[in-house]
Amino acid sequence: MHEPMNDGRPIFVQIAEHIENEILEGSLAELGQVPSTNQFAAFYKINPATAAKGVNVLVNEGILFKKRGIGMFVAEHAREKLIEKRKRTFFKDYVAAMLREAEKLDITKKALIHMIEDGQ
Amino acid sequence: MTAEIKADHVSLRLGKQNVLSDLSFQLKGDKIYGLLGRNGAGKTSLLSLLASFREPTEGTILINGEIPFENDRVMSRVNFVYGRDQSSETEKVKGMLEFAERYRPNWDGAYALKLVKRFKLPMDQKVNALSKGKQSALDVVIGLASRTPVTIFDEAYLGMDAPSRSIFYEELIKDYAEHPRCMILSTHLISEVASLMEEVMIIDRGKLLLHESVDSLMAHGLSVTGPVEQVDALTRDLHVLKEQQLGRTKSVMIYGQLESARQSEFEAAGLELGPISLQELFIYLTEHEGEEA
Repeated sequence: MHEPMNDGRPIFVQIAEHIENEILEGSLAELGQVPSTNQFAAFYKINPATAAKGVNVLVNEGILFKKRGIGMFVAEHAREKLIEKRKRTFFKDYVAAMLREAEKLDITKKALIHMIEDGQ
Repeated sequence: MTAEIKADHVSLRLGKQNVLSDLSFQLKGDKIYGLLGRNGAGKTSLLSLLASFREPTEGTILINGEIPFENDRVMSRVNFVYGRDQSSETEKVKGMLEFAERYRPNWDGAYALKLVKRFKLPMDQKVNALSKGKQSALDVVIGLASRTPVTIFDEAYLGMDAPSRSIFYEELIKDYAEHPRCMILSTHLISEVASLMEEVMIIDRGKLLLHESVDSLMAHGLSVTGPVEQVDALTRDLHVLKEQQLGRTKSVMIYGQLESARQSEFEAAGLELGPISLQELFIYLTEHEGEEA
């Protein structure tokens, strides 16, 4: 049973992000077909209108495109576009939060850089 | 045909009690609607009006432009599934399905059998010998396989265990996706069905409190957490639903449209902003004076 859609953010945002991750990780290839909104709805037990809203976010960003009567596909260069997009929010989403936590724990910048370089 | 339900200044009095007061709303299109309300708020009374079990004392209800009460054409298109007492129902499961097949023009027998298997219902057993959970499952099977243009599930899950409820939600959304129709879910298990609904109506003490899309309702709720003084100063003019304090940290739940400039102001002050779940919104919006902890 799948119940991932309850981290508090709007469900359509989580659907869009889920598809983005699949593209970034390569499990959805460029020009490959994306599951239908009904399949998303059944899999996650969400309203099909919500699933469609999530998919449409990505259509509007040019990540997915629609072939009439056939379905939804991943656009060319979608991965590149997504990497650019995620990089823009990487600092705010990950680095800023890490710096705040480090400050709370009195971890110096130097120690932090050390951790990153050593990978532990 | 897409279903359309219209209630115009509907009131219902039973004896001296005003059960429903002046409800007006429109359900337009094949969507999944949630009807939420506390115990005794009038949910089942409202649904029984839609299902033609009763007539309103005042006002009118129209389903596809027709008054449903004692109207065969409308009644065969509306299915009201609720936790009824079946202690004297000696018909077998099989017989119940056959009866539904005769009465429901859109009946899908193959689908009904598939659901019977999923819910592990014994075809040859009498209904009153089934457990409450299995009786509910049978009602759900008939409700889904009837494919009526208006399908109402009023706490249809009574007695069903968590795995059975999960099957119910899964089948409901799958079948709705393939055969869109107007579905109305009335439930107390809000967190279980929040993601299934497209629009929500909340009724409180017989009155319609709100009718909105789930998205817009969720967008109206926000929790703000931070140091007491700052939270107080920044949320003074807002509609606060609930306040909680732990030491020097205060958390308030606010309700209403918040401009993004205002949100940025909160963030700049180091306050933590978060969403409120539909269940929490429901609890605080329908909490009456003297009930708070």
